[in-house]
This record gives sequence, C-alpha cells and structure tokens, in this order.
Amino acid sequence: MNHSFNWGRFWLISIPFIWLLVFFLLPFIIVVKMSLSDMANAMPPYVPTLDLTQGWSSLMEYLKQLDFENYSFLMDDELYVLSYLSSLKIALISTFLTLLVGYPLAYGMAKMPEKWRPILLMMVILPFWTSFLIRVYSWIGILKGDGLLNSTLMALGLINEPLVIMNTTTAVYIGIVYSYLPFLVLPLYATLEKIDHSLLEAAADLGASPMKAFWQITFPMSLPGVVAGAFLVFIPAMGEFVIPDLLGGSETLMIGKTLWEEFFGNRDWPLASAVAVALLLLLVIPILFFQRMQEKQQEANS
Amino acid sequence: MADTPTSEPRKVFAPWLDPNQKPLVRFENVTKKYGDYTAVDNLTIDIFEREFFALLGPSGCGKTTLLRMLAGFEQPTSGRILMNGEDISKIPPNKRPINMMFQSYALFPHMTVAQNIGFGLKQEGKSKAEIDKRVDEMLKLVQLEPFAKRKPHQLSGGQRQRVALARSLAKSPKLLLLDEPLGALDKKLREKTQFELMSLQENLGLTFMIVTHDQEEAMTVSSRIAVMDKGIMVQVDTPAEIYEAPNSRYVADFIGDVNFMEVEVLRHEGAQIIVKSATLNEFKLETDSDLKDGEKVWLAIRPEKFIVSKEKPSDDQNMVQGKVWDIAYSGDTSTYHVRLEDGTTLKAQMANRRRVRNRDITWEDPVWVAWSYRAAVPLRN
Repeated sequence: MNHSFNWGRFWLISIPFIWLLVFFLLPFIIVVKMSLSDMANAMPPYVPTLDLTQGWSSLMEYLKQLDFENYSFLMDDELYVLSYLSSLKIALISTFLTLLVGYPLAYGMAKMPEKWRPILLMMVILPFWTSFLIRVYSWIGILKGDGLLNSTLMALGLINEPLVIMNTTTAVYIGIVYSYLPFLVLPLYATLEKIDHSLLEAAADLGASPMKAFWQITFPMSLPGVVAGAFLVFIPAMGEFVIPDLLGGSETLMIGKTLWEEFFGNRDWPLASAVAVALLLLLVIPILFFQRMQEKQQEANS
Repeated sequence: MADTPTSEPRKVFAPWLDPNQKPLVRFENVTKKYGDYTAVDNLTIDIFEREFFALLGPSGCGKTTLLRMLAGFEQPTSGRILMNGEDISKIPPNKRPINMMFQSYALFPHMTVAQNIGFGLKQEGKSKAEIDKRVDEMLKLVQLEPFAKRKPHQLSGGQRQRVALARSLAKSPKLLLLDEPLGALDKKLREKTQFELMSLQENLGLTFMIVTHDQEEAMTVSSRIAVMDKGIMVQVDTPAEIYEAPNSRYVADFIGDVNFMEVEVLRHEGAQIIVKSATLNEFKLETDSDLKDGEKVWLAIRPEKFIVSKEKPSDDQNMVQGKVWDIAYSGDTSTYHVRLEDGTTLKAQMANRRRVRNRDITWEDPVWVAWSYRAAVPLRN
C-alpha cells in the first residue's frame, strides 16, 4: 500500500473548496458581521466600520460595538415572523402542488418506450434555455386581466368576467410550480426509471392489481426521488424573491420580498443581513435532514 | 452424465401415456411473434398435474416466452392456452392460479423477508393472523426463520433464492413456474437445491414447470424434458429417453456429449443391420428403428458407451483402432480423445475405477475402441 500524500487529489479537491471559501464563506461572514452592526446615515450605511490600521486594540474596540439588537428586533416585530411563516406555507403548498403535477409527468416519462425518453427529457430541460426572469415575466402576459388566459376563456364563452389571478398568491403558486417543476421531475424520473420492471410483474403474479402494485411497489420505491425533488423545490421556493415580486400582490408576504424591502427600501443593511442569516439558519434544518435521507439511501443501496 | 437419471426407482408416473388423463395445461397451436421474429412456432403440448416439466434449450429458443405466456405477461399471437380445459389467454396475470419464481428473484427491496413472502396472501385480503401463520410455515420450509426481519440486500444469493421460492409457494399455486431458478447459485448449492425442489414438488403434490439451459439440471429434476430450438419442441420425453434415444442430431448434441459417425446401411442380417462408414470399417447395429438398405444415417454414440483398451477386444462387438491423442482427466472419469485412421477423433469416457498411476493407457498409445451393437443410435437428419 502506498500511503504517501496524493498531491494531485489534494489540488483537485481544493479547487471547489477555495471557490466556496472565497465566494460563499467570506461573503457570508461579511453579512453576519453586518447583521451585528447598527444602521447609520453614512457610506456604507452602518456602524461600526472596521479599521485594521489601528492594530489589535481597535479590533477589540470594534468587536465590543457589535450586538444582537437586529435579531431581537426580528422577534419583536411580527412582520418578520409572519413573513417567515408565510414563506414556509407558500413553499410547502407549492412543493405539494409541484409534486402533484410532477409525479404523473415523471411516471409517464419512465413508462414511455425507451426511444421516446430522451426527447421527453429534453422537453423538460428546454425551458432552461430561456432566462428565468423572462419566463416569469411572460406569465404576467398570460395571467393579467386582459391576458392570454382570460381572453381565451372569454372568447370561448367559459367566463364572462376576467379571472383575478395576477397579483395574488395563486399567481405565485403558478409561478413556483412552473419554474421549479424540472427540479422535481428530473430526480424523480431517475428514480422511477431505475425500478426493475420484473418487480411489477412479480407483484401482478402474486395477485396485485395494477393500482395495488403502484401503491405497494412503485410509490414506496420512488420515495427517495420524491424527497430529493421536493427539497429541490422547497428550499429555493422558501427564499424566492422574483416570483412573488413579479406575480404576487401586496397580500403576498414572503421573506425574500421583506429582505429586499429592508435592503433597498429602508436602506437598513444590518436588519436585512439579520433576516438573511436567520433565513439561512432556518433552511439549514431541512437541508441537514435531506442529507441524512441521502446518506441512508446510499447505505441501503450499497 | 454417466448415470442414467432417476426415473427408475420411483413408481412409474407417466400420465402423458394415459389417454384418459386430462391435462392441467394445454398449449394449443400457440404462436408468438415479435414483429418478424417467431419466438414460439405453432406449439401444441399437454402438461399434467404433478409433473415436473422442464423446458430446455439455448437462449432465444422460446422457452422463457412460453413461460411468460403461461404467467400472463405475454399474449400468444395465435392459438390458445387452456388450464383445466378453460382458455386463460384473456385472464390478467394477477387473476391466474399460477405463480412464478423469477430468474432475477424480483424480491421487493423495500420489504422484509416476511413481507415479501406474505405479499401474495395480503393481496387476497387474508387476515394478519392467517398471513403470519402461513409466512411462518414458509420460513420453516426454506429454513429462513432467523431472517424474517431482514431486507433482501442483507441476504446471500442462496438465501434470496429461498425467499423467492417461499414467496412463489406461499399461495399454494396449482402451477409453479420456475425461470432459471438456480442460475445464480454455485454448483454445490445448485445440486443441493435441485434435490430440495424435487422433494418439495413431490411432497406438496404440485406441478412445476422449469425453464433452464442447464441440461444436467433438467435431467436431474424433471419428469419430462422438452428440448426446444427456434420456437419448436424438438423432442418431449423422459430424461432417460431423451438421453438414450434422442430423435435428432440436435437433441443428441444438446444433451450430454456425443460422437457422430455418418454411415450407409448395407444390408439386414436377421436382427442385425450392417452399416459402412465411408472411411472406416463395416459395423453391426441392433436397433428398433426401421432402416432401409442404401439409406444414409448418422450413428450417435455416447462417450461412456465406448471401451478403450490396448488389447484387442472380443469379437462380439464393433471396434476401431486409433491412437490416444489427448486425455482429459476429471477425477471420477477420464475422457480419451482417440485419433482414428481416417483422421477423425472419437471421444471415449471411462470411469476411473483404479488409481491413475496404475492405469496403463497414455498419450500416443495405439488402442482399440469398442462398442456394443446396441450402443449406437441411428439418426436421420
């Protein structure tokens, strides 16, 4: 056995780590630092600022001025708690709706003759070729009062009054389900496609009707894909800003929007930073849970 | 392969010879086509209750297709499949009183051993107590009681195979289909399991249909073997008949080792027929098949029917002279490859009754190869 240090492997692994260090961890530390500061009418708009030219004593002086005031404010003003809860609710409901749309889609794809599957997969990925922002924007054209949807339905005589969807939470749900559908379909399809067809034959052979076989074999075996897909929808939906901003109305309360308001509207960078840090901590819980699931899954497969 | 298989010591069981017997399963002019490819070609066969029926053939001969049609996973392109006289072609697989043990075992990976075995009973809506009782019985039958709570991936290959068997037997099917059930096991375990399958089938009084490409396995377990080729059954008979009286070169060649010799029938002399090989001597032949003078046939002779000796054998048998070209020693037997005067090679197998160092035949030795008048089977093409 060769136990000498493998420099090639070290450098290969260190590249993504250095990348994450410079572009994720360092900015995050700056945000944490900012969240412990106080708002000020200055440039940058917070105090204290760190001046390292004065040496060790000034660093200690600086650290003394930091406090958790912004975090306690998050708890005091119910706007923030409500935003978090509302985001949680919207993320949960849209994840469920995406699952409702995505599961039959992924299932259908996995059941298609093999030669059709690459084309169908392509069609799921195709929307990514257009900018996310433009795709959400175009939903305005569909959903607004005199938009595509309403004019079509009225021309068909199905409705007399235009439906009010634009600037409601319903529009936000539509936007999230549409935007994040591929993130759910792809891992779910990968799981469903791997299920050995002979298992379903065995189930039928033992007397299970197709419906029973689905609920006893296919669905439980697809759960890892369901969980993976659901988290890939839930986590970004939780902090979503663009969709509620463009499609939602004033009633739609989401933490991403609140954060944006604090940052650009109120120019309260420290409070906005505190909101961001709190959001991240809240998301760490489901992310850790997700990783545990994946590890368990890998153990089961080995 | 030297021993004649096991049909002798049992009581004679041959319902296929009794015209009054009703078959359990009847394939009636069944054809299955995939596009231009004919997997099963106008096949008619009866399978009787308590039979252990083997479908034997190379891959692509249609044996698995036949089994899958019986299970209901494939529909015949034409023809009917009858069970107890009733056409089952339209009955979906989940409504047929037939269970199958899959080649891949197809165990449900997310269920425990006990849940796997109880799956079929659960579908019937049996109560939990009933299911548990039957599952316990099955676990005992396949000796897997300590493993009831394990998942399939925590079992060895042999244990998985037992779970698959227990699961397919749990509903006491009228007919059990086994698709290459022992393919994944090593030789020792395979032989052990073959005998277990046989005693299980006999004790439970079930009908088994097994698909295999392993001729030894088919010989060991089955009451009848159907040798298949390109979608047809070339010969359907007991293992002993298939081995001793193959009806074609294909069957003779597929089951065990065989030497072929092309000869012309010269004349009949009482019970004996005199034949002549183009390049060798005249031989005598005693056979039940009815050969005409002048006809060209193939003689099929099993290697173990030959006797190899250095001394000239007695006159009441056929013999040729040759040189030992190669010896394949396999412990219990040795196979001598004897090069004859005309350049052809015969394979002769002799039991090693004595220790190797005491045996006197070795490479390059001139030897006689002898066989009795009844040893050769004449085959038309």
